[in-house]
Amino acid sequence: MSRARRTKLRIFRIVVFIVMGAFFLVPIAAMFEFSTRGPTDASPRTLSAWLSIAQTPELSSAIIASLELALLTSIGMLVLLVPTMIWVRLRVPAVSRTVEFLCLLPLTVPAIVLVAGLAPEYQWISLNFSDSILTLGFVYLVLVLPYAYRTLDTGLAAIDVKTLSEAARSLGASWLTVMLRVIVPNMWVALLNACLLSVAVVLGEFTIANLLNYENLQVAIALLGRANATVSIAVAVAALLLAFVLLVVLSFVGRPRSGVGRLEEEGLSGFGRQLGGGLR
Amino acid sequence: MTAVLEKSFVDTAGRPTGGGRRLPSQWLAVIPFFFYLGIFLLLPTLIVVGGAFFDRNGLGFSNLLIMNKPFVISAYLNSVILAAITAIAGAVLGAVLAYAVVSGNPNGVFRRLVTSACGVLAQFGGVTLAFAFIATIGSAGFVYLWLKQHGLDVYAHGLWLYDLRGLELVYTYFQIPLMVLVFLPALDGIRPQWREATESLGGNTWQYWRYVAGPLLAPAFFGATLLLFANAFSAYATAAALVNQGSVIASLLIANTMTSEVGLHDPGIASALALVMVVMVATVMVLYTVLQRRTARWLR
Repeated sequence: MSRARRTKLRIFRIVVFIVMGAFFLVPIAAMFEFSTRGPTDASPRTLSAWLSIAQTPELSSAIIASLELALLTSIGMLVLLVPTMIWVRLRVPAVSRTVEFLCLLPLTVPAIVLVAGLAPEYQWISLNFSDSILTLGFVYLVLVLPYAYRTLDTGLAAIDVKTLSEAARSLGASWLTVMLRVIVPNMWVALLNACLLSVAVVLGEFTIANLLNYENLQVAIALLGRANATVSIAVAVAALLLAFVLLVVLSFVGRPRSGVGRLEEEGLSGFGRQLGGGLR
Repeated sequence: MTAVLEKSFVDTAGRPTGGGRRLPSQWLAVIPFFFYLGIFLLLPTLIVVGGAFFDRNGLGFSNLLIMNKPFVISAYLNSVILAAITAIAGAVLGAVLAYAVVSGNPNGVFRRLVTSACGVLAQFGGVTLAFAFIATIGSAGFVYLWLKQHGLDVYAHGLWLYDLRGLELVYTYFQIPLMVLVFLPALDGIRPQWREATESLGGNTWQYWRYVAGPLLAPAFFGATLLLFANAFSAYATAAALVNQGSVIASLLIANTMTSEVGLHDPGIASALALVMVVMVATVMVLYTVLQRRTARWLR
């Protein structure tokens, strides 16, 4: 590469990074700026909006509901997906393509379409089962499937499931022992990543909760936005920071072990690459 | 679950390998998974399809006739235009950013930082994103006020942020990082040797991009653009948070038809509108997959 071209490339890169960096960082900085404004233009910076988050009852109940949903969804995802994926790998590989297809299907069915079909189902659930917001966990489990599937699949591919399970079985372990005490400890990074992604998705979900008339975190923020813009923006920033921390944790867990480096890079960019999820 | 697994172990242990009788007990363990997805993924989809074709008089196309109404056509048209503009803008800008990333150190901290940031920002949407832009260039946003102080009133011709043009700007925010993530692997597949080969044959930079890198990257680029299109076309949360009233785009129209905000409450109509959307998204995604496969040939 000639020197002139190298210099041109360098200038090009610097310009691109500065312009793009500004485009992406300024709106986030603007939220911080907005959330610390006082009641009038002349009043000094204040954290009162941040402090009043806890004193807004509809907000705190929505935050608790969203956190509970995140927990339920993660547990449900692990219980439903992990044994199925291991079992499919070991005993019924014939259905592996079908399982993959179903897990990735929520990418092609937009959340807004899914919710049109879910409305009658949730009507039935709220009449006959429960009208608690926690029932949203059922559909959130479907929303997180593509994210969780890809992560878990990478995790399973990185270990020799067949040899591990055959060794354990030949020593007399039951299938439950094989899964819980042999395979799961070998793929805990993937399990943790799948949980973090699920939590991030659930905390950001708006579409389905809004249209099924449940007040989760994002819906509460949107409603509050009409009444008290500063506080709602403060919560939005807080939620964003939480999601950001989760994802930073995601990109750092399991780094020391070789072979999982690919996984964690795949984790974050795989997360970004997904459509659906009801986040956008 | 445990009981099922234990049971299948007991069943299979005594039986000889092979033969059709083994199959059912192995399948027992995957039944909960299929059952669950049947109820919460396939059934809703079937309800949408069924609801689109069934009305009070039974099977028919009357619900789909809603597609002839001018306000429905304009909402879908707006969605297509919005998705196309943000897909093309996101694809071009994202490709430029991706190239800036690729031309640096492949193992550098910087690349790691940019890809991680893109992973987060590509999913950054909905209420928070809408608020971020309101805080930035809303009528009280500091960028707007600053520009105004310096003699540039971006709203001289009306407050466009809560409008289709506002959506175009806001959607670009998550389209660019998505493009970077999707396009980066294709750019990584370009070998420096190909450029050296071009140069040794007397080709200049323009000729390299026009005859070598361009044609190689074209399927990946257009495929990614299609993915971005589907992404913007099916987005709802950001638009719902930003646009306060009306059904300017298809996803808002579906939502309003469902929740009867415009006195249009009709599950059948909502299903018909949703069916049209899912068919369009699925078509685009199939095309994307085809182009993706073509790209994969060069990505080894």
